[in-house]
Amino acid sequence: MLLEVRAVSKHFGGIRALEEVTFSVKQGMILSIIGPNGAGKTTLFNCLTGFMKPTRGSIIFSGSNISRLPADRINRLGISRTFQNIRLFKSMSVLENVLVAQHARIRSGLLPIIAHMPSFLNEEASVRQTAYEYLAFIGLESFAEQGAGNLPYGAQRRLEIARALASEPQLILLDEPSAGMNPLETDEMMTTIRKMQELGKTIILIEHDMKFVMGISDRIVVLDHGVKIAEGPPHEVRNNPLVIEAYLGKETH
Amino acid sequence: MFFQQIINGLTLGSVYALIALGYTMVYGILELINFAHGEIYMLGAYLGIIILGFFTALGLTAYNMPIALVLTFILTVFFCASYGFTMEKLAYKPLRQAPKLSPLISAIGVSIFLQNYVMITQGATDKVFPSVAGNEGFTFADIHITYIQVAIITVSGLIMLLLHAFISRTRTGKAMRAVAQDKNMAALVGINTDNIISITFIIGSGLAAVAGMMVSVYYGLVNYSIGYSAGIKAFTAAVLGGIGNIPGAMFGGILLGLIESLGAAYISSEYKDAYAFVILILILLVKPTGLFGKESEEKI
Repeated sequence: MLLEVRAVSKHFGGIRALEEVTFSVKQGMILSIIGPNGAGKTTLFNCLTGFMKPTRGSIIFSGSNISRLPADRINRLGISRTFQNIRLFKSMSVLENVLVAQHARIRSGLLPIIAHMPSFLNEEASVRQTAYEYLAFIGLESFAEQGAGNLPYGAQRRLEIARALASEPQLILLDEPSAGMNPLETDEMMTTIRKMQELGKTIILIEHDMKFVMGISDRIVVLDHGVKIAEGPPHEVRNNPLVIEAYLGKETH
Repeated sequence: MFFQQIINGLTLGSVYALIALGYTMVYGILELINFAHGEIYMLGAYLGIIILGFFTALGLTAYNMPIALVLTFILTVFFCASYGFTMEKLAYKPLRQAPKLSPLISAIGVSIFLQNYVMITQGATDKVFPSVAGNEGFTFADIHITYIQVAIITVSGLIMLLLHAFISRTRTGKAMRAVAQDKNMAALVGINTDNIISITFIIGSGLAAVAGMMVSVYYGLVNYSIGYSAGIKAFTAAVLGGIGNIPGAMFGGILLGLIESLGAAYISSEYKDAYAFVILILILLVKPTGLFGKESEEKI
């Protein structure tokens, strides 16, 4: 198992955003997390990336407990993410957004950074080349020198994915990758996610578009009010009465 | 007369610019006005005197003055950078999660502490910086330019160019920009934000040290309270250029230097120190984001 989420709870005062959530993810699989608004999906992502610390429970990634580690350590161990509301470094160029994620990976100690300071005139050509490869993967290489904030919406979403890939993660968390996209862009996004899987990446995604979820997932976890109410392959989850109830309400007759 | 004042203004302005950079860089990353920053500049001036005095006692200044000066320069920058680094770790880092007012008050505390620390250890009277090049220089069509002025303008210019290249081209520079834009996101792409904050304080304090040492060579006099007025003027320069904006701080510093020396020459030298505050008030009333500042985005 690449990732094991063990009885993770996250409470905000009296609100139980997550309650004893347990599931695990195998290397190379695509797992979707679905659930109505306020089910705790994004809170779960926040706990997995160190953006928030779980109130209780543990998160085991590649055999080590990461639930108390700071966000930058978790990223360097191999988890990166995108956001539902896009969070690019808007005043940097498209290329720089990717470079900054690559650089952070290379070294992080204070002394190595200081020792490296004078070498600013020969930014490694190889690093830039890899950055272009990530941009080419996502189809943005011709935008490299543009400001990230000037890109059209769909391209910004794809740039977030390129930046997430640039940290060379084993596990990528995508928060609503198809939100706000037209059907054509949504299809392209599915192709991109499959290509990422072929590269050996493990993917967890949050998504509201059921066609998208059913079409791409190996496994689905369903959350409702912070509690896991179902888990399984798409055809099982689709017919689960608890899931139907959570989405449509209970039948009364 | 006019061009003479331009030269004087440029000299003064490049010093303000160097100090203003420290304010603006720290604000860019922590949204903290580091009120103790002027004190680092003052420490730079004192350390310059102390270290040069030490070399004089060793006989190095008599043997080779340029080498002694360069070594003094390097050591002063090193010690001030250490002060800046320690100040952040002790006084600001523990308050990272606290309300914004707390580190601000802590900064005022550090400022008062450092002033008194220098007053007690070095005395409350003026110290004289050993004359290095005096008033020597060259005269060009009525304008007298001293070698020290040339050195101050050149060194500041070079340092600012280097800093610009560093911020825009190095990986650490990119990481600094990333942290300034979105600290949480920067951590999520693997940047150790604590290290970047330390680096920012080290660079800012190093720049203030250079400014402090150059000014004490220029004026020849130093006392424990010089950090206050220089600090508040450099802060004005940073606000003038748009706080958080690095080219803005450089431009704001030089503009303020020019305004001060032209104002002193053509309006009244009695009010020399008041011009900075008049500008600060005007900027805050008319364009609080400064000349180059953007409308601040609300961070979520």
